[in-house]
Amino acid sequence: MAVIFVLWLREVKKYLRSRVQIVASLGGPLMYLGVLGFGLGPVFRRAGEGSYLQFMAPGVIGMAVLFTAMFSGIAMLWDRQFGFLKETLVAPVPRLAIMIGRTLGGATVAVLQGALIFAVTLIAGFRPESVLAVPLAFLVIVLIAVVFAALATAIGSTIKEMQGFQMVMNFLVMPIFFLSGAIYPLQGLPRVLAALTRIDPLTYGVDGVRGLLTGSAYFGVGLDLAVLFGVGVLFVAAGAWRFSRIEA
Amino acid sequence: MSDRPIIRVQHVVKAFGKVTAVNDVSFDVRAGEIFAFLGPNGAGKTTTIKMLTTLLRPTTGSLELDGLDVTAHPMDVRKRFGVVFQDPSLDSDLTAWENMDIHGVLYHVPRHPRRERCEILLRMFELWDRRDDLVKTFSGGMKRRLEIARGLLHTPKVLFLDEPTLGLDPQSRNQMWTHVRSLNQTERVTVFLTTHYMDEADRVADRIAVIDHGRIVATGSAAELKDQTGTDSLEAAFLALTGTTIRDESATAADQMRQVARVWRR
Ligand SMILES: Nc1ncnc2c1ncn2[C@@H]1O[C@H](COP(=O)(O)OP(=O)(O)OP(=O)(O)O)[C@@H](O)[C@H]1O
Ligand SMILES: [Mg+2]
Repeated sequence: MAVIFVLWLREVKKYLRSRVQIVASLGGPLMYLGVLGFGLGPVFRRAGEGSYLQFMAPGVIGMAVLFTAMFSGIAMLWDRQFGFLKETLVAPVPRLAIMIGRTLGGATVAVLQGALIFAVTLIAGFRPESVLAVPLAFLVIVLIAVVFAALATAIGSTIKEMQGFQMVMNFLVMPIFFLSGAIYPLQGLPRVLAALTRIDPLTYGVDGVRGLLTGSAYFGVGLDLAVLFGVGVLFVAAGAWRFSRIEA
Repeated sequence: MSDRPIIRVQHVVKAFGKVTAVNDVSFDVRAGEIFAFLGPNGAGKTTTIKMLTTLLRPTTGSLELDGLDVTAHPMDVRKRFGVVFQDPSLDSDLTAWENMDIHGVLYHVPRHPRRERCEILLRMFELWDRRDDLVKTFSGGMKRRLEIARGLLHTPKVLFLDEPTLGLDPQSRNQMWTHVRSLNQTERVTVFLTTHYMDEADRVADRIAVIDHGRIVATGSAAELKDQTGTDSLEAAFLALTGTTIRDESATAADQMRQVARVWRR
């Protein structure tokens, strides 16, 4: 337990110390919020869908959590390169504890980043339906963070080269984001696209957050939570398995 | 000093694809001694340390540490050694103190003794005043000292030091060995070291094994090795045992370059 805590704390401390990283990783979501928010807002309203900001804010929060959680996998590569990984691998602690500590650390950072974006959307004019739903929305955000931080750990344990990692990330992160319904509604999509959105875990995350904050979930918050939880268990297991096979 | 071997390596082979890094190596290290493992670049020293420290599995053969089979009981073995790897393994985005503290937690050292021991070691290695500075602001020598201090934090029975003095100035080297010697005496920690400085090995090691091309070519005290080769310095004995040609096989050339790069980076 202490081991998980101390490795978790390490990730969080490093995050809080790197102001540049915090600001830089706000850039992407903010750009989407600004450009799409203002650019597509009028179209969206004319189509009778209401406020685009209201619709998109949960998607942008989901995006921030996705990006940060996936990016946390890069810490694995740094730690391998700068040797700290070896320090943990020769310690008399189960690999599972190391993996969980790291993953929870990455997930926590992603949640903090999501909270930051949430604050920004509030400033921009986003209004949640009910304040009471906000803590529940954060439960969904935590699940999103764990799902993708675990996936990132699995990938970071498998791929040793920075370039390969970047490539896999690009191939994964962007489709996950664009297929998630973060920036467009899930209603009335072409069949292929609809099928693809359904296998994207982030879809359920964004839907859950949107359902709780704006009262319009497509799948229903219950299903969203169940899917995220299931995928979370699966990915943590995959991450633990990949991590246990690391040789230094 | 007891005669029970604390490390026992028997007929160990480690192959990486076509390269046989360690080729049928056997030796014992006695509890409480300072044992130097010498050999040219690419001889197989680091590979042997990685097997003893549970990071690599031997292809064949057996390794024992404190009576425990290393491959069968990695967890119990890990509790018993500390290691300073040839390559750095600190977290440079954390402070010296945080690096020490995490290590203490990883080795289940309870809070109170952990703090006490961190302080003793940081003072001993003259890092106490810099304990709250990020490691990335340290010089190469300071980082090295911190790694050694960290390796000793959980009072291990065996301390592996893979080229601990690489990149250190003569003052720091001298001082480091003084500390290692004194810890060897006061805490009875067995020291397993590698170095390319023959004078260091001559001065601190009780016994020496020389490895070349993955095979042990000689074992004994410095005096015995000199006798055996009819030379008057350990350096001359080493060259007599391992030849004077530079190890420039393809794999090793890259190693040498890396080594040079490492020295420069410090
Ligand atoms: N992971 C690896 N994959 C392939 N070959 C390896 C690997 N690790 C080591 N080797 C090879 O095994 C041989 C022994 O390497 P090792 O690092 O044990 O040498 P060393 O005695 O520590 O040398 P040095 O003094 O340069 O540190 C070298 O030929 C090296 O290229
Ligand atoms: Mg080496």
